[in-house]
Amino acid sequence: MLRFIVRRLIQVVPTLLLLSVLLFAWLRSLPGGPAAALLGDKATPEKIAELNTVLGLDQPIPVQYVKFLGRAITGDFGNSLITGEPVTTEIARALPATIELSVAALLIAVVLGIPLGYLAARYRGRPLDTTTIIGTLVGVAVPVFFLGYLLKQWFAVDLGWFPPSGRQAVDIEATHVTGFAVLDGLLTREFDASWDALTHLVLPAIALATIPLAVIVRITRASVLDVMGSDFVRTANSKGLAPGTVRQRHVLRNALLPVSTTIGLQTGLLLAGAVLTEKVFVWGGLGTLLAQAIERRDYPRLQAVVLLGALVYVLVNLLVDLSYAIIDPRVRVR
Amino acid sequence: MSALLEVEDLKVAFTRRGEPDSVAVDGVSFDVQPGEIVGLVGESGCGKSVTSLAIMRLLPERGNRVTGSIRMDGDELTALSDGQLRERRGRDLSMIFQDPLSSLNPVITVGLQITEVLTRHRGMDKKAARAEAVELLDRVGIPDPRRRLDAYPHQLSGGMRQRALIAIALACSPRLLIADEPTTALDVTIQAQILDLLKQLVAETGTALVMITHDLGVVAGLCDRVNVLYGGRIVERAERHELFRAPRHPYTHGLLGSIPRLDGPPGEDLAAIKGSVNDNLPWTSACAFAPRCPNALEVCTSVTPAPVEDGRFLRCHNPVGAS
Repeated sequence: MLRFIVRRLIQVVPTLLLLSVLLFAWLRSLPGGPAAALLGDKATPEKIAELNTVLGLDQPIPVQYVKFLGRAITGDFGNSLITGEPVTTEIARALPATIELSVAALLIAVVLGIPLGYLAARYRGRPLDTTTIIGTLVGVAVPVFFLGYLLKQWFAVDLGWFPPSGRQAVDIEATHVTGFAVLDGLLTREFDASWDALTHLVLPAIALATIPLAVIVRITRASVLDVMGSDFVRTANSKGLAPGTVRQRHVLRNALLPVSTTIGLQTGLLLAGAVLTEKVFVWGGLGTLLAQAIERRDYPRLQAVVLLGALVYVLVNLLVDLSYAIIDPRVRVR
Repeated sequence: MSALLEVEDLKVAFTRRGEPDSVAVDGVSFDVQPGEIVGLVGESGCGKSVTSLAIMRLLPERGNRVTGSIRMDGDELTALSDGQLRERRGRDLSMIFQDPLSSLNPVITVGLQITEVLTRHRGMDKKAARAEAVELLDRVGIPDPRRRLDAYPHQLSGGMRQRALIAIALACSPRLLIADEPTTALDVTIQAQILDLLKQLVAETGTALVMITHDLGVVAGLCDRVNVLYGGRIVERAERHELFRAPRHPYTHGLLGSIPRLDGPPGEDLAAIKGSVNDNLPWTSACAFAPRCPNALEVCTSVTPAPVEDGRFLRCHNPVGAS
């Protein structure tokens, strides 16, 4: 098991290297550039060339890449061209917000998705199933930002149940320990701050959860249907086991295998959804950093955030593979 | 002696919206005496597996219609509630399936798959159930049973898996065991072992066995009485020796003729039954077997043969050996 983990972690290195090369080349092939974006209306070819020299962007791309790599190995990803701060500092500040949002969204998706998918399969063809299928279609089809604005309009502006944006009310005094607002409140016993952060979290988490929720429901439903028709479930029923035992021990355990893969893949995609959700709810996490960086062609920040996203994706899928080894005894990791 | 199991006029039809029902079992009646071994024999699609699943009430919940009567100890199984039936399944009647690999849950241990029956029906606690499971595995001939309890199905050989399934089915000493082609998925050498084991176990425990098979060789070594199914109906039923000595229905005759004989001349062609199940005529206005039957008369394609009970049960206009 340990050898498997170590080997998989070592495999991460070439993956990230390849991605960094592609990313580097791709960024620099985009029209415009940081100099043009920074100078805005005042840009003249001379000024752009001057600024490019200052930023080191006049050098050949391979040279730039080697320099980038050399610094990146020491953990230095350069300074943001927008704020001038080290991008690692920026990321460290924004990361908890995005993790908090993603975890909340994933919790909603998993906690609702698996039971819903199971019930849909169990009552296949009945109204509950039909409603669920239509609901998941809508969930996948509605763009995240559109749903975000709808939720905000209805539940924040019209009904006033939840705050419309931000992570915390400005008038709340909260001590920052970990950067996770809800957790900080609990740790410092500032429960009002926790509650406030939680109410801020609800709408964006729902908006971000819709797509993974819909996908998890669908996969769970299909998987449960598949397993319910299998021979070993027939055997379990032939033994006269209680329906609850058949359901949990025989149906669900087997049905969750493909679901865990799906959860892994969806976790990787959350960052993409977070960019849009954070924009709508002025969340101030990695998504916001990334969106800004794309608009302003902030190469250092872009490179760091995208590579971090890739790293998370790879690690999450490693976790999924490990979960397989736990759920399914036929999978032995070596 | 009153019958342990009485199946009367069992009909199973698969229904699909917008399509005519497809009748898989068409008025099957037979009985099983306590401790008896009864064979249900026929080729693929003759309704033998569907009959067994209907007895266990394990057919899919939807898409089929089951009528007729299935009585065990005089209790009408078709009238039991789902809960009442679950009380009896695994305890009074149990079943062994064709493919031992897919019939065992791949993600839990063999031990748990045995003990869960014991805790369910015999009220044992975990420890007692484990001890009993070791006994059971030992009885079905699995070496080193204590270690096998913690094995997963994929870690056992095909023969051992089937032995484990037999252990599960016999865990509560049921009075009726239904075995649906239990040796089809196994190697020939293992087949013989499993059949011997079944024979020995039912003899020891007094369990009645319904053996479902397409293989008359299995029947020959095992069954007391044999029902031959064709097209969803029983076409012949007789005591085993009678059936092998003098098959009356042309279909039974054909099945027996298709078995290679060790004492036959070398190079002899096996007799085949011509045609396939697809040629069947509807029982309602003919004999379903008529298009494939060497003995077919004109009447066979226009009149349903009435069942005759004369020492043996027979459904044929022109049986073999009739003048």
